[in-house]
Formats: sequence, C-alpha cells, structure tokens
Amino acid sequence: MAEKISNLSFVTQDGREVPRVPVELCWADRLGDWKARWGINRMRYSVEPGLYAVGNPDGGSVVLVSANYKLSFDALRKELGGLDGWIMVLDTKGINVWCSAAKGTFGTDEVVGRIGLVGLEEIVNHRRIIVPQLGAVGVAAHEVKSRSGFSVIYGPIRACDIIEFIKAGMKATEQMRQVCFSLYDRLVLVPVEFVNGVKYLIFAIAVFFILSGINAGGYSSDLAMKEGVRSAVNLFAAYFGGAVISQVLLPWLPGRSFSFKGFSVGLTVAAFLLLLKLTGGRLETIGWIFLIAAVSSFITMNFTGASTYTSLSGVKKEMRIAVPLQLTAAIIGAGMWMVSKFI
Amino acid sequence: MKGQTYLKNVVTLRLDVDKCTGCGLCAVVCPHRVFEIKDDKAVIVDRDGCMECGACSGNCPVEAIRVESGVGCAVAVFKWMLKGGEPNCDYCNRSDDAPS
Repeated sequence: MAEKISNLSFVTQDGREVPRVPVELCWADRLGDWKARWGINRMRYSVEPGLYAVGNPDGGSVVLVSANYKLSFDALRKELGGLDGWIMVLDTKGINVWCSAAKGTFGTDEVVGRIGLVGLEEIVNHRRIIVPQLGAVGVAAHEVKSRSGFSVIYGPIRACDIIEFIKAGMKATEQMRQVCFSLYDRLVLVPVEFVNGVKYLIFAIAVFFILSGINAGGYSSDLAMKEGVRSAVNLFAAYFGGAVISQVLLPWLPGRSFSFKGFSVGLTVAAFLLLLKLTGGRLETIGWIFLIAAVSSFITMNFTGASTYTSLSGVKKEMRIAVPLQLTAAIIGAGMWMVSKFI
Repeated sequence: MKGQTYLKNVVTLRLDVDKCTGCGLCAVVCPHRVFEIKDDKAVIVDRDGCMECGACSGNCPVEAIRVESGVGCAVAVFKWMLKGGEPNCDYCNRSDDAPS
C-alpha cells in the first residue's frame, strides 16, 4: 500500500490531470522519513508509481526519473523549488535508486514500460529523460533509446545538484558524478544498522545470562544475575563497537578490509572495558578480548554492503581470510569464558 | 575519496581498447571516476576504485567493457553460500545507502 502524498494539487496537460506534488515536505513526510531511517515501516514506505508534476510544467519541461521509495522521492522533490518539470516515478518496489538498480527493478524494462504507461510521448514534445546516475547500474541508455525513442541523460548522483545541473545545460561537474561516503552519509545509516542486529544481541545476552549461573558447585541463579550483567555489558560493548563506532570512524581506522577495521575497534573497546575493570578475572578477561574482537570484526565486515565503495571480488577475498579467524577467535573466547567459571 | 579505497588488485574490470569508440558513457556513469577519455578512447585510471557495480559495462554500446558485477556485501555473500544462486540484494531490508 503506497503512502498518501500530502497537499497534492493537479495540473492539466494534453487533456489529462497529473498530480502536482509540493516541493516542501510537511511534518508527516518528515516523521515518515525519520521512521524509515529507524527501520520502522521501512519496507512498505513507497509512493504510487507514475507521472507527477512540480511547479507549472508544459510540453517542453524536463522529465526526471525517480524510484518509488518515499525517502528517495522526498529527497528529490524537496530540491526542486523553482523548477517546472515532470517526475516519472518507476515501480522499484519501494527501494531506493541505487539498490533497486542493482536488483534490476530500476532498469531498462521498467523505464521503457513506464514511458508507455504514463503516455510520456503525449505529455512532452521532446524526447529526453533525466535518469539519476546511480540508476545506470540497471539502465542501458542505448537500449532505452532504441526501444522507446527517448534519450537518457544521466543526471547527478545527488538530488541537491539537480537544479545546478539543469542550469548548466545538463552538464555535471566531476564532484556531482562521484559518490562519497561522508560522515553524514554514515551517520544516517547508524540507526537502521543498530536496530537490524539488535535481536541477535538480545539473544546472545540471554544465553550468556543463563550460562552465567554455571559453576564448579552446580548452578546458582544468584550467580547468573550477578555475572550475567557483566556479560551483557561486554556483549553490548562489542556490538556497539561494530555497529556504531566502526561505522562512524570508518575512513580513519587502520587497514583497508572492514573486518580488520572492526577488529581494531574491538581490541580498543576491550582495552577500555579492562581499564574500567568490567571484564572479570584474568582468564575471563582474555576470553572477552577474543570475543569482543571477533564480534566487532564480524559486524563491521557486514557493513560492507551499506558502504558505497566495496566490490564483490574484494568482499569475497576479505571473507575467505576473516571469517575463519573470527570463528576461531569466538570459539576460543567463549571457551575461556566457560572454563573461567570452573576455576 | 581519501581513506575510501577498498582492497587492491582484486576487481574483475576489463576494457577492450580496440572495441572502444570513445563515446565516454563509461566515464559519465562510473560513481568512482575509474575511467577517463584520452585521445578518443576510454582509459582505466583508477582500477582499485572500481566497486564492480556494472554501470559502465551495461551502458557500453559496443560491449568493450567486461566486469563480473555484483554487490560488495558480506551479508549477501553469506546468504549466497547458504542458499546458492548468486550474491544479490534480495530480502535485504536496509537498502538505503543511496542518497537519491
């Protein structure tokens, strides 16, 4: 079910009514966008595919192609103040431009099909569409041209550069064409990354709580409560290291592979906990160092998919080395933690 | 971008200079500026910057570029090892790294 867009009006073009969207987001849009960032309603946060207007477009106005993830659609329209143009929204199943282009839903077939469905040939008198550069992963410009007659002009990566791009006569600067992964880009990903894995953290904490009661004399629920809290603190710190600290500090961490970056963060986190005397006795402390390093390394490695610059070949190479090491470290760490219960 | 180059000497990107017509579309679509056009031919100027997204090869009208494209995502690789097929973004619910 698609989201309703607030404050719609209509323009008439070629005898047809086309919904016109405001270029300013209202509080409901902002709340919805914020919730999507936290993983709430994220996979159903879409707008109806089709043709929309901004400003007062006519047959000569530009056509911008977008995805039907509402976060993407909102990011585009809020940058279009002062523009008279058309937005052709593809059916990308509620996924953003780059990811849906990789999946193929933002692709040549959908572009060509949507041009036909919205009757773009009757709406505009030119034969050009502006496709966001990251859509090029799924779109082949020469095929769109031969199948629909429309030329694809690849626009800038970021919606905030669209107006400048159009004003410059459809010319992008090098900076507009380069994807980056700035501190802000990483920070907006932290909430959803944190929320996504938290169920595994809670499960791990529960298991450690239960096992904490085991000792040489049998089982003690008092001990489980007391020692379980320490386990929870250490596990949370490991998770926080991998899911938050590694992501924020990514470019400044040593090494190129994500697993090594996460390993470094894990060791630092463990050292910090040791200084605060939160890691227990000597054997248990060594166990936590192994465990925290393994967990932090693993979680950071899984951030490769959210980053904007890792290749599949590179990830495979990294994993061939890192995964066995992470697994070994985790087993050693958990083993030492368990043994420390008995001595 | 500084501090944002991934592993060296791993990517599968190949350019057949003889086929290249110098149209320049690869240089336009590449999000990491891997290509430049010199003397009416594409040139790979930053191979290690390639993330194997496949935008260049998909938009090359003469099939001069080959790359084993895919997602550089450890979670997708895990799922692929468990379920087979190929590493892809199906079932992923973060799908949010693109700014537009």
